[in-house]
Amino acid sequence: MDIVTVAYILGGLTLGSALMVILSTHPVRSVLYLIVTFFMISANYILLNAQFVAIVNIIVYAGAIMVLFLFVLMMLNLSKETEPKSSIFMKLAAAIAGGGLLTVFISAIKKASLIDPSTVVNADQGLVKNLGKVLFTDYVLPFEISSVLFIAAMVGAVLLAKRDKQIID
Amino acid sequence: MDGGLLIEKLILVVALFSITLLIAMYSTYLERKVAAWFQDRIGPDRAGKWGILQPLADGTKMFFKEDFIPLNSDKWLFILGPGIAMFTALMTGSVITWGPNFEAFGRTIVLQVADVNVGILFIMGFVSIGVYGIMIGGWASNNKYSLFGAIRASSQMISYELAMGVSVITIVMMSGSLSLRDIVDAQHGMGWFVFKQPVAFLIFFVCALAECNRAPFDLAECESELIGGYHTEYGSMKLGFFLFAEYINMFISSAVIASLFFGGYNFPGMDAFSGNTLAIIGTLAFFAKIFFFIFVFMWIRWTLPRFRYDQLMHLGWKKMIPIALVNLLITAVVIAAYNGWFNK
Repeated sequence: MDIVTVAYILGGLTLGSALMVILSTHPVRSVLYLIVTFFMISANYILLNAQFVAIVNIIVYAGAIMVLFLFVLMMLNLSKETEPKSSIFMKLAAAIAGGGLLTVFISAIKKASLIDPSTVVNADQGLVKNLGKVLFTDYVLPFEISSVLFIAAMVGAVLLAKRDKQIID
Repeated sequence: MDGGLLIEKLILVVALFSITLLIAMYSTYLERKVAAWFQDRIGPDRAGKWGILQPLADGTKMFFKEDFIPLNSDKWLFILGPGIAMFTALMTGSVITWGPNFEAFGRTIVLQVADVNVGILFIMGFVSIGVYGIMIGGWASNNKYSLFGAIRASSQMISYELAMGVSVITIVMMSGSLSLRDIVDAQHGMGWFVFKQPVAFLIFFVCALAECNRAPFDLAECESELIGGYHTEYGSMKLGFFLFAEYINMFISSAVIASLFFGGYNFPGMDAFSGNTLAIIGTLAFFAKIFFFIFVFMWIRWTLPRFRYDQLMHLGWKKMIPIALVNLLITAVVIAAYNGWFNK
């Protein structure tokens, strides 16, 4: 089995699990399929020899963010009876928004050229050392700006939590 | 692929799997013996001489109990929970370096299943996945105590992972590599990182206790308030998997602590040996360190009382993370000054 076949099988599995996220009716099952999707994306990264990105994707997305998603869903105790009924207007708005996003994606992908997945440009490209160098030389401004964004989000969250004075000590 | 390598790795995987299970099995026995010793009792002594067959008796009992699934539970997720816990616990052992290279049958055998160049992150990743076993199992049980246990476990894991990650970064900066083999090799002889990074070691150790859900951080299965926490509804071998995963995690944590901070298979005066003698003594030294840490884990469990939940969060977010970050900053500045990067 050559690497192109592996890439196509992985791609199919990724899309399949991503589809299951939106097709499964139970929110907790959806989140679990999303976790599987993240694993599949990591497998794709490994195929591109980007091991660091792959493992960080697992630690950050599957290991931390999805735990928080699951956390909230478990607290909500969603079931068929408590699910809010969405009106026809809401459904229409969702369809238009989703269709708009799909158009943007298609127009972006149409321009991109398909690369043969078996041609490795630089075998060590995804390793920590090279990634760090690129991140702190060529992309230092976007990198720093995104970290400022994170700080802003954290300060905002702390501010929201501190709004009502709680006296617990 | 060369056939010899395949056979070699296969033997290594099977050996690692059986050794892990054996150590986990006898950890349960050791735990009871240590507890008995600390409480001035005799402990298990009925099955075999000194109760040495006790783990077998326990295992048999677990297997032959009725496998019960509660009516209102989510059946598949209920089965999946312990499976994930066990799987992730067993996977982490694959990147640990168990000893120096071994020479046999005209080939060099590396005592490591896979030298992944992001080794330590691989372990962190699987530890963070391990919480799903507890969360899914606890939620699928459809029991309020299980849900409480699951939620406690997950928030505790996320909180302590941060401080753990930061203390690992200091070690990575010292060794300049994420591969566990390179980290161990950087501590040749007596140059263990615990002497250079005592603060990072303390933080890592406390976080390891929390990540393993061991006392004093075993809030997830706190029996005085939550019955059994996330495994309240479990019985038979599914419960066995949860308990077993905890002991495997303890074993792997001890191995990681030993390799990150206590030099792995390095020991003082190792330059006097070479070849297979070095490999055997090095592996034995590594296992001696692991067993010492397993004992420390038990020692702490039977000495310290359990934390209160808010104390746990307070310790994690307001003490561990700031200390770890300051330690990281100091280490970075010292490394930069040592290498003369400020004078450029």
